[in-house]
Amino acid sequence: MAGEEGKIDPMHQFEIQPIFDGGFEIAGQAINFTNSALWMIVTFIALWIFMLGGMKREIIPGRWQVMVESMSNFITNMLTSNVGEAGLKYVPYVFSLFMFILFANILGMLPIGVLGLHPFTVTSHIAITGILAVLSFSIVLIVGFWKHGLHFFSLFVPHGTPLPMVPFIAVIEFISFMIRPFSLGLRLFVAMTAGHVLLKVLGGFVINSTNAGAGYGALVGIPSFMLMVGISALELLVAVIQAYVFALLTSLYINDAENLH
Amino acid sequence: MPQISQLVSTFGSQFFWLAITFGLVYLLIGRSMLPKIQSTVDARNKRIADDLDAARIAHKQADEIEDQYKARQAADRDEAQKITAEAKVQATKASEKKVREADKRIATKIAKAEADIAAQTKAALSEIESVTAEATQDIVSKLTSAKVTKAKAVKAVKGALANV
Repeated sequence: MAGEEGKIDPMHQFEIQPIFDGGFEIAGQAINFTNSALWMIVTFIALWIFMLGGMKREIIPGRWQVMVESMSNFITNMLTSNVGEAGLKYVPYVFSLFMFILFANILGMLPIGVLGLHPFTVTSHIAITGILAVLSFSIVLIVGFWKHGLHFFSLFVPHGTPLPMVPFIAVIEFISFMIRPFSLGLRLFVAMTAGHVLLKVLGGFVINSTNAGAGYGALVGIPSFMLMVGISALELLVAVIQAYVFALLTSLYINDAENLH
Repeated sequence: MPQISQLVSTFGSQFFWLAITFGLVYLLIGRSMLPKIQSTVDARNKRIADDLDAARIAHKQADEIEDQYKARQAADRDEAQKITAEAKVQATKASEKKVREADKRIATKIAKAEADIAAQTKAALSEIESVTAEATQDIVSKLTSAKVTKAKAVKAVKGALANV
């Protein structure tokens, strides 16, 4: 955590480091087993264990099964209410997306720094959120052109637009459409990064003020620590909300592709 | 900001591992576990719906049976009332008949008794006449030693009795 002597770098937590030496190259890109890769695998395993608890398939479900089923129902309802019956075939994708982001967000919040481990939030990297956003956006494009062909472009002209306004509206709609993958990816990345930076900065306040003396510690450290507790709770909320927003926006965009306007 | 400064150097690595892990999540969880969970939910919902349907049908049946029972009860009550009314009418008729017969019997008895009384009265009167005539003959012969014929005495007694 401490970069140089007495200086705490709140950005250090986002650094990607190879855990093992070695690795290989694909198309000029070095592939290493990094802390990011480790946490992606942890996310997958945690999610897999969570889902295993729902696989008892009892008619009268236990608590765990209810949790898993309510997650599944949540995504199914989201897609049926936003897209309709046609949305059901996207449930596996949106569910995977939602759960992967949710688990990655929450696992990155784990206070295992106490044990000397370094939690890493996979979704705090623009590379990851960007790839997921582009993936969602490509699905929208592929489905849109697959189902509607060139008629998909009518998405840029909302119903009831007066004829003289059509060129302007179309340009605006096109820009807003093309911005979608960026806003989708950036939103999650920024939310995760900002919260973690804030927590780390406050953590630095606590350590540095306490090191400077008991008086400073009481004056700055304790309020900072209390603020950290509150912000941690808020971050937990943000972790859930951002996963929800990502899945919700994806399903809304899929609705555009499935049903146009 | 490592996210940007490391973007170029780690992008391939992140992409690679994301493809693997998210691919696993999509295939193992989204494609194979999720449908099973959803089918469990669907099966449960279907069973609940079926059970509710069965309960609704049973309820309807119970209502029908109750209606039938009520209808039968009402019919039975009507029949019973009819029988009672008939019996009442018959009983009234029978008792009236009996009363009439008894009245007749009593009337004949009374008539007979009255006739008897009248006959006896007449007999008694004629006896009184003859006794009185004889007594009159005796009294007249003893007082006056004149002989009065029986016919005269009877005539005189009859005339006297008529004035009584």
